[in-house]
Amino acid sequence: MRHILSILVENEPGVLSRVAGLFSGRGYNIETLNVAPTLADGLSMMTITTEGDEAIIEQIVKQLRKLVTTVKVVDLTDVKSVEREMMLLRVDAEGAKRAEVLRIVDIFRCKVVDVSLDELILEVTGTQDKLGALINLLQRYGIKEIARTGAVAMRRGMQE
Amino acid sequence: MELTGAQILLESLRREDVEVVFGFPGGAVIDIYDQLPNYPLKHVLARHEQGAIHAADGYARASGRVGVCLVTSGPGATNAVTGIATAYMDSVPVVIVTGQVPTPLIGNDAFQEVDIVGITRPCTKHNYLVKDVRDLARVIKEAFYLAATGRPGPVLIDLPKDVQQAKCEYKYPKTIKMRSYNPTYAPNLKQVARVADVVRKAKKPIIYAGGGVIASGASEDLIWLARTYDIPVTATLMALGCFPADDPLWLGMLGMHGTYAANLAISHADLILAIGSRFDDRVTGKLSEFAKNAKIVHIDIDPTSIQKNVAVHIPVVADCKSFLAALRQSLAAAPAGAAAEDTPPAAGRHASWLERIDAWKAEKPLTYAADSKVIKPQHVIEVISRLTKGQAVITTEVGQNQMWAAQFYQFTRPRSFISSGGLGTMGFGFPAAIGAQMACPDRLVIDVAGDGSIQMCIQELATAVCYDLPVKIVILNNGYLGMVRQWQELFYAKNYCATCLDVAPDFVKLAEAYGAAGYRLTDPSQVESVLAEAFALPKTVIVDVVIDREENVAPMVPAGKSITEMILV
Ligand SMILES: Cc1ncc(C[n+]2csc(CCOP(=O)(O)OP(=O)(O)O)c2C)c(N)n1
Repeated sequence: MRHILSILVENEPGVLSRVAGLFSGRGYNIETLNVAPTLADGLSMMTITTEGDEAIIEQIVKQLRKLVTTVKVVDLTDVKSVEREMMLLRVDAEGAKRAEVLRIVDIFRCKVVDVSLDELILEVTGTQDKLGALINLLQRYGIKEIARTGAVAMRRGMQE
Repeated sequence: MELTGAQILLESLRREDVEVVFGFPGGAVIDIYDQLPNYPLKHVLARHEQGAIHAADGYARASGRVGVCLVTSGPGATNAVTGIATAYMDSVPVVIVTGQVPTPLIGNDAFQEVDIVGITRPCTKHNYLVKDVRDLARVIKEAFYLAATGRPGPVLIDLPKDVQQAKCEYKYPKTIKMRSYNPTYAPNLKQVARVADVVRKAKKPIIYAGGGVIASGASEDLIWLARTYDIPVTATLMALGCFPADDPLWLGMLGMHGTYAANLAISHADLILAIGSRFDDRVTGKLSEFAKNAKIVHIDIDPTSIQKNVAVHIPVVADCKSFLAALRQSLAAAPAGAAAEDTPPAAGRHASWLERIDAWKAEKPLTYAADSKVIKPQHVIEVISRLTKGQAVITTEVGQNQMWAAQFYQFTRPRSFISSGGLGTMGFGFPAAIGAQMACPDRLVIDVAGDGSIQMCIQELATAVCYDLPVKIVILNNGYLGMVRQWQELFYAKNYCATCLDVAPDFVKLAEAYGAAGYRLTDPSQVESVLAEAFALPKTVIVDVVIDREENVAPMVPAGKSITEMILV
């Protein structure tokens, strides 16, 4: 099953490789990984999505907690949470295609962030499913390139 | 007061009450060595960095204090990696200081540069690259704290040469502030009450003790629990000595080369109290067959150990000593309305279970075929055990020698068996003996060695002789990489490929060449007298014991089999 882990770490050199090494050293795969500073001084938040059965995830979480540079680990899969990913797409948009692509942009609430004669660059945020659906749709027009951030996620409020 | 980085390091070691540093110099630590004579620290110059780190490790295991190792950058640091991994696998508190090239050169493939922080990330508890001298005092304080607390382990400090030379105001922190590191010592009392409950009700309980019992100093409490509640005790390699071998409740070691009684008892138990042990694959054998009918209680200070290999019924994250103290209290407070059989005292309460165990003990004790012509290694260990009354510090190399020492020496106290359990590092025993002898100048320290392993760090003979360390090396010389040969014999149709040590040094002459004493033993009738003589010599001694070449370690559980499927001879 897919799990989203939210990991609060000290913002210092080597932290990313400690976390990543923990996965690779045990033969686990990281599907997406996202990291950036938080509001708190000297702390960064990592969001990692990974696959594994319960026992593997339990081990991963415990091992992450054991790292001296880890402050907190939450498996967001177990709680109600919001998950978003940002993606940039370079799409073919020549001639007649252009109008159709722009219609899809509207429906998916993407933004056009760059225009040239024969292609557009689109920006979109959403869940993994939404991004997947958009890729599927745009494929027939020709996607030349994509860049994705990987998921970021946050626990919803109003939880006990 | 302004001090250089090198001075800060040494002054901080002094404040951590470090008495001895095991090391080997080089350009990248020369500033530290330059200052060393000004500090009240004893430095032991090893002859190889692997020797230095194993010695620091042996010192830590024998004394319960943090071992300290100092090596140069690049090759010095990489030579220490095997020893760092060894300490990591066995949870030994060691602080390793490595020199590093000056910070402006880091990452430039400078002379003798290696990314040791990157290399040792998976085999240290934590590591640091200090880039600013103002961080140094705090880092050292943290390193000692991290190494010794929680689940102990090696912590590495990589110290660039310019940081050693840079100056700053010195203030050694009094306290530690680490928001991300808070080991749990005290157990959850509800869990303890549950444990007390199952202990009261168990009909066939067993204690399976691990290295955590020794690390936390919980032997006394464990002995109390076993004797008061009439619970038999088995232990891992790492925990030998935590329970006296002459106690009727003692089953011996369990696992791949464990005793028949221990392996059957744990397989038939209805309650396993796993205390500071981690269900290593050498212990459990085939996991799906392991202790199928037992309730398993697992106490470990490291939450990652729990539920890692086996499903546990009652997990308790705690320091073993704190747990046992809490359990004692909980057991003393008998639950209201408890039936008579549920209340202590309990001597004799498991009489029928212990009778069964005694039958197993009698049926297949640890044994060997004595011989009047050729020396049996087991006999050698028995003699060592008798001569030293179980009071020596025994270090071992890895292989058959290690297992015979574990099986046939009657350990009576903790921190007396020092062996590379987790990593199985050949070459560990002798330098570890040097460290142990530094820690315990008044005890007899004996490295039980194989002729293969001893050659991996043999150069440390110079170290032992140089510091007048009366370490004894008893080589069980079978002319083979014996343990591998045993596997080849049993599971690879006797294809003795690359395990015969045809060319070997004359160990007696070798000892003499280094200024140590050497004896050779070939006759079983002389074992006792020669060993007694060697042990009485206040010198470094090698006793080269020519043993039965193809003697095997038994029992043996083939890899991947259930621990009840033992090959017995
Ligand atoms: C550094 C290292 N290399 C290889 C091994 C694999 N190994 C395990 S036991 C063993 C044989 C050891 O031979 P020896 O030291 O002569 O001891 P014996 O088994 O004969 O007592 C070997 C090669 C190891 N444990 N460590």
